[in-house]
Amino acid sequence: MPSVSFEHIVKRFGAVTVLDGLNLTVEKGDFLVLLGPSGCGKTTLLNLLAGLLDVSSGRIMIGDRDVTELDPKDRGLAMVFQSYALYPTKTVEGNLRFGLSARKLPKAEADARVTWASELLQLTPLMRRKPSELSGGQRQRVAIGRALVKHADVLLFDEPLSNLDAKLRTEMRLEIKKLHDTLSPTVVYVTHDQIEAMTMATKIAIMNGGEIQQFGTPDEVYENPANLFVASFIGSPAMNLTNARFRITDGSPGAMFDNGTKMDLTGYDFVSTPQDGDAIAVGMRPEHFLIDTQGTQQSHSAFDLTVKMVERTGSDALISLEFADDQLFVRAEPDRAAKTRPGETVSVQYPTAKLNLFDAREGRRL
Amino acid sequence: MTDTNVMYPRKPKRITGRSIAVLVFLSMAAMFFCVPLYVLIVTSFKEMDQIREGAMFSLPTKWTLEAWHFAWFEACSGLNCSGLRAGFWNSVVILVPSLTASIALSMVTGYALALWDVKWAGPFLFVLFLCAFVPFQIIMYPLIRLTVTMGIYGSTTAIAFVHTVLAMPILTLIFRNFYKDIPPELIKAAIMDSGSFWRIFVEIILPMSGNILIVVLILQITSIWNDYLIGVTFGGLGTKPMTVHLANMVTVSTGTVSYNVNMAAALLTAIPPLVIYFVLGKFFVQGIAAGAIKG
Repeated sequence: MPSVSFEHIVKRFGAVTVLDGLNLTVEKGDFLVLLGPSGCGKTTLLNLLAGLLDVSSGRIMIGDRDVTELDPKDRGLAMVFQSYALYPTKTVEGNLRFGLSARKLPKAEADARVTWASELLQLTPLMRRKPSELSGGQRQRVAIGRALVKHADVLLFDEPLSNLDAKLRTEMRLEIKKLHDTLSPTVVYVTHDQIEAMTMATKIAIMNGGEIQQFGTPDEVYENPANLFVASFIGSPAMNLTNARFRITDGSPGAMFDNGTKMDLTGYDFVSTPQDGDAIAVGMRPEHFLIDTQGTQQSHSAFDLTVKMVERTGSDALISLEFADDQLFVRAEPDRAAKTRPGETVSVQYPTAKLNLFDAREGRRL
Repeated sequence: MTDTNVMYPRKPKRITGRSIAVLVFLSMAAMFFCVPLYVLIVTSFKEMDQIREGAMFSLPTKWTLEAWHFAWFEACSGLNCSGLRAGFWNSVVILVPSLTASIALSMVTGYALALWDVKWAGPFLFVLFLCAFVPFQIIMYPLIRLTVTMGIYGSTTAIAFVHTVLAMPILTLIFRNFYKDIPPELIKAAIMDSGSFWRIFVEIILPMSGNILIVVLILQITSIWNDYLIGVTFGGLGTKPMTVHLANMVTVSTGTVSYNVNMAAALLTAIPPLVIYFVLGKFFVQGIAAGAIKG
């Protein structure tokens, strides 16, 4: 299972530069998720790797092979498409077999692979059917099977679950994860769904505007977002981001919000310390708030805030609180939220170590 | 229960002035085709004696196949009096190769233009589009010179060749537009799976082309079989298609006009496209619909 690396990739469509000098390396056996909003270049990057598009400049390596100039079929890849892209006139078995057509395999080997994939994905009873006679989940499994029979070292997924309903999506997510655990191919998976990214990935590359904003494990990306874009993109409900000024009072760092509220930043692990008076953005995850805790905990900031609204989202509830001309969303137990009425005052605390501070102008993490 | 939950039966449709007008117009249009066809059919079964009496709408007093037999085996086209069958076989010999060649070539060209990265595909399509609208008469003389140079002028090969060439632009456009509607991911998947131009064509694209093939088959069979101008221009003695034979038969200027034979000959000439319509007609409608909306 080889590694995959993109080196100084540039891709232009006419006068539009979609990717400009992108570098990214996936270790072997990694499950890389390319995550980003529509039009961020993630699918372009995947198509470049697959060979369905040509790079304008740069180099793509799979293992120690330079595949930049190779035909798609010679790159040792298999791909699963969003619309499944099954061959409508072929049976399930025909679909699986056609995946092997570029490889001149002996018949016994081809048979063995098709049987293996059909058993792995529980397709055996469906082998004689046409794609039009299958449900969405079954079609998706055939598409995955067609990729698996090739025994490709690198599997590519292009938003494979976005055409499925919510329940099926959860099931298929687990199945893909399980496949990766058993077969451990190198996977490059494109999605705009951050839950898919968080649950399946071993590495996430968050893209925006053709650039990689952050590359790291799901935990790193979630807990230590590299910039404002990542902070606001990852997390649902989203991170609270409030504008403030950086102040140094008696030698200790602090944030002063627009309405004069102060927050002590002692104990925050600064990447780079800003100047006194710099504009910053303070990011707080809704789930890190403590509600109703007696006495101020060590290295926590405490506020008493007015409730604006209470939302029940199912397993959780969100309380929105008035805070510094803005609002803070705080995750709460449904029982606690049920007792809360708009206009009441709630005391919350936030651990300083879990803060995320950003330079408000440049967006980078402080 | 509110009023909105009650289903009222729809008012029965009234026959209005407008629908009567439409019906009258449609009936007239139908008569326009049916009356001559009726005359054609009954006359072809009559004997000349009855035809001379006039009364062209009357049924034959004695049904006879004589006229049909005569038209097929004995009728004269020019000096050659071996009936229409020579023309029929010429038409078949012209139809089969030109049909096969034009469809096979335009199908592959359309497939390449629609689904593969062809250099200059845009300008090429534009030229094809222009060619599809050039009237045959404009390029007739150069084509004659061309076939003479090739040494095939006056043979059925020449007629078949010209039919093939002339059909290429429009057929290529038809196939290209049909294949353009195939989801791009499907061809991407096929490229990653196989990567072979011909293999993808034969195994994936060809089986998906059933509907459009029917449409093109009907279009081509009808236009090649019913063609007169190309046949009369490029055919030589004994190689002219059935339509030319028919025209020569009915425009004969000596002796009495054998209406029954002429009508039988006209019907004989029209049968092959009719058969195609009846056999393929059901698929034809499906094929046209499939071009518009992809299932």
